[in-house]
Amino acid sequence: MRSRAEIAVCLPILLGPFSLIAGTSELPLTAQPSSSVCTSISSTEEFLSVKGEIGQCGGRLIISKRSEPKTLNPLTAIDNISRDVIGLMTADLIHVNRDSQQPEAALAKSWTVSPDGRKYILRLRHGLRFSDGYPFDADDVVFTFQSYLDERTHAPQRDLLMISGKPIAVKKIDAYSVSFTLAQPYAAAERLFDSIAILPRHLLQRLYEAGQLMNIWGLNTPPTQIAGLGPFRLKEYTPGQRIIFERNPYYWKSDAKRQRLPYLDGIAAVFVTNNDAEALRFESGETDVISRLSVANFAVLERDQQRRKFRLYDLGPGLEYSFLFFNLNDLSSDILPSLKEKQSWFRTVAFRQAVSSAIDRESIIRLVYRGRAYPLSVQVTPGNKLWMNRSIPPPVRSLPRARELLRQAHFSWGSGGSLHDAQGQRVQFSILVNTENVQRVQIATLIQQDLKELGMGVSLVSLESHTFLHHVFTSYEYETAIMTLVDPDPDPNTEINVLSSKGGTHVWHLKSNNTPSWQDEIDLLMQKQSITLNLGERKRIFDRVQDLLWQNMPAVFLISPDILVGAKNRVGNFHPVILGDYTLWNVEQLFIHKEPGAERGS
Amino acid sequence: MTLGKVPWLAMSVLAICHLSVLLAGFFAPGSFEVQNRNLAFAPPTRIHFVDAQGRFHLRPFVYRWVLRPGSFAEYEENQQIGYPLHFFVPGAEYKVLGIFNSRQHLFGTGEETRIFLLGTDAYGRDLFSRLLYGGMISLFTGLLAATASALLGLVLGGLAGYYGHWVDEVTMRIAEIFLAMPWLYLLLAVRALLPLHVDPQATFFLLIGVLGVIGWARPARLVRGIVLTAKEREYVLAARSFGAPDLYLLRTHILPFASGAALNQMALYIPQYILAEVTLSFFGLGVSEPIPSWGNMLNDLQHYLIWGSYWWLFSPAIVLVAVLLAYYRLFSFFKVNSFTF
Repeated sequence: MRSRAEIAVCLPILLGPFSLIAGTSELPLTAQPSSSVCTSISSTEEFLSVKGEIGQCGGRLIISKRSEPKTLNPLTAIDNISRDVIGLMTADLIHVNRDSQQPEAALAKSWTVSPDGRKYILRLRHGLRFSDGYPFDADDVVFTFQSYLDERTHAPQRDLLMISGKPIAVKKIDAYSVSFTLAQPYAAAERLFDSIAILPRHLLQRLYEAGQLMNIWGLNTPPTQIAGLGPFRLKEYTPGQRIIFERNPYYWKSDAKRQRLPYLDGIAAVFVTNNDAEALRFESGETDVISRLSVANFAVLERDQQRRKFRLYDLGPGLEYSFLFFNLNDLSSDILPSLKEKQSWFRTVAFRQAVSSAIDRESIIRLVYRGRAYPLSVQVTPGNKLWMNRSIPPPVRSLPRARELLRQAHFSWGSGGSLHDAQGQRVQFSILVNTENVQRVQIATLIQQDLKELGMGVSLVSLESHTFLHHVFTSYEYETAIMTLVDPDPDPNTEINVLSSKGGTHVWHLKSNNTPSWQDEIDLLMQKQSITLNLGERKRIFDRVQDLLWQNMPAVFLISPDILVGAKNRVGNFHPVILGDYTLWNVEQLFIHKEPGAERGS
Repeated sequence: MTLGKVPWLAMSVLAICHLSVLLAGFFAPGSFEVQNRNLAFAPPTRIHFVDAQGRFHLRPFVYRWVLRPGSFAEYEENQQIGYPLHFFVPGAEYKVLGIFNSRQHLFGTGEETRIFLLGTDAYGRDLFSRLLYGGMISLFTGLLAATASALLGLVLGGLAGYYGHWVDEVTMRIAEIFLAMPWLYLLLAVRALLPLHVDPQATFFLLIGVLGVIGWARPARLVRGIVLTAKEREYVLAARSFGAPDLYLLRTHILPFASGAALNQMALYIPQYILAEVTLSFFGLGVSEPIPSWGNMLNDLQHYLIWGSYWWLFSPAIVLVAVLLAYYRLFSFFKVNSFTF
């Protein structure tokens, strides 16, 4: 009997022009066998030697991306795909190791901090070159930070480089030393340097002076006009099909045998339309690595691991969390007039706690994520081992407690079991979800049934993603909504935007003038932790923030899904992590096994 | 007039489908919204005559599905207890034709267990019950919206053809605009303009209204053409010469002549509108959960896993195809026989 997986693989063929798979099959995009010879490093360059299995040089890795990058400009890229792709071509001064989650030396070989925590001096590696062969020095660093801080560029990272409203002052000390002065001490300031891609001054100085940096490096820019310090450089971009990178011959990392990295000759990223198409490509062997697998596809692919010579990984919960939040904004009466009275429920802490108590997170995990998720009490996930407040109890479903909370808040039940507020108004509201996200629609459907048991009438409103975001961030026309956010880094500073009432993604109080006292306290604590240099003290502050969120529940945190990825057995040094794009954080060390029996799992 | 071969099969399929969904509450063994969270993706319940010990039973019976330990959706029958099937059993309350309440169901096993003739969905909801209730939305959206389009087309086309001149000019130019519109995108746009929260009943009537209004142009053009011919017929001219008023002429002599074309169009529109509703619900823009429609039930089929693993989720697609084919067969019959009434 033909297996289900085989049937699934055959489907795109049977469907012909209706195939799920984007792009064409004209390109022989298969992982090429290793053939190149590794080059040894020169003595004039200060290499960074990395640990790991010694690999074999050559070969091309095929990956898939669910959409095309919007730009190759590190200054303006905001979407994940663009940033992932740019990450292959660029490097930063200090890099947060995605595995250890700690900052490590990168282009800067070392750094010192002044006793007051305001001044950082970074020593750069000598003899490094951009991917076009041009030397790298302190002028490039100063130019890079000038570019990011230039208001004309509109770089999203600019806000990160403003401490207490003042830009970080960057000064060249000598050709290989740069000082950075902060307006006030900043906790984990080393992490600020992560993902600030160092730009080639020799290529961009003229455009900077003309105020044109926001327009550089589009997808049509010839590869010769793009240079970076990353392990790869752009080779070819075919709209709608693929983007291909080749090895940067000047890359500055080496393995323990003093062989220059990366091992791979190149990387090809093919564009696919959706998660299913991505899984099909991986299953059929067209791609070597897959990140962000859905649980459903994981379940299908899991059965075929041995036969098709790939391996899947469940990395446990990452830094992604889904939550239900209430519209607590101060709104004029013309926006959803019916919302006003519902906000009197939403603003009652006991009501929000009752909703949380009534939600069966275990069912969400079992039915939506097939057991591959973790229930949440607050937004810090178990993946964030350092910053999670372990004194907060895990969420437990309790309808009696939910009823008791509602009773205390003067809600009552009518004859048919429907819930009414103190004014006799029936409790009915809608949950806004994003149609494209299947899991969130499923979560909302389960919550709808859970809350029905409390007598609440809940309806679902599903909108396509742009309209959904418009309702949440611009028009504020919604009652409650379900969203998912991913922290780029475990450090609490990345949460400021969400937790502080002035933050851009502070969804439950986006437009509120009268913040409650607990929110004021969270604002203060988030500010305080950002300037506290003592780690223990910062942890205590952030624990308190989590306590406040747990007690007041401005949002009902639901679950954190496991990170699911996979790679062919022939991909060496594959060690996925829960940060970034999960799979390519050590792309310079990835290699393709030459001998058929040598790979892992054979 | 001799009729071509009457499509009895198509008509029977349509009659059975419409009657079943009209009396969905009676035919469905359970509620369409009750979630059995321990029975997600349970396969169709098997109906037995022979029990685990090999004994034959005259009355069919079922075993309860039990989740295989450690699995996500693999089930086995608990053959310790069999539950006999009964006709006319009491169960969940429902409304008959939206008028009075009843608890009588055509068949069932009583309260102890539930029978899932077509298995369950991702939330453990009975697919057979949802298929019947979902048909109410999908089939009747098509039927009512097509009726609205045909009536509107009959009236506007009739007026345009009969009065001619500027009435004809204006009506036909507007009809051309409607014909040129990409109706699916128009539907999506109209749905987006609606208030954020529209309750399922309102969504149902809105869908009927929108579909009915945007589809009037084609029947109107056909009817106009027929009316242009009909109004020059001798018996119409004779009636006019005897002083018959316009309304009388239209009602008695002209529109009945054109009603065949309108009916023809209606038979063509019903499947198109059913498909339109299914499409909208499929994209999450029709009625919302937990109210079923064939469109939102088919939504699950977007996922790779479902295609290979849970074949019973295809049941709405199979019924939909059968209904559409039956309607197209009926349309062909009308077309060949050019009905007039």
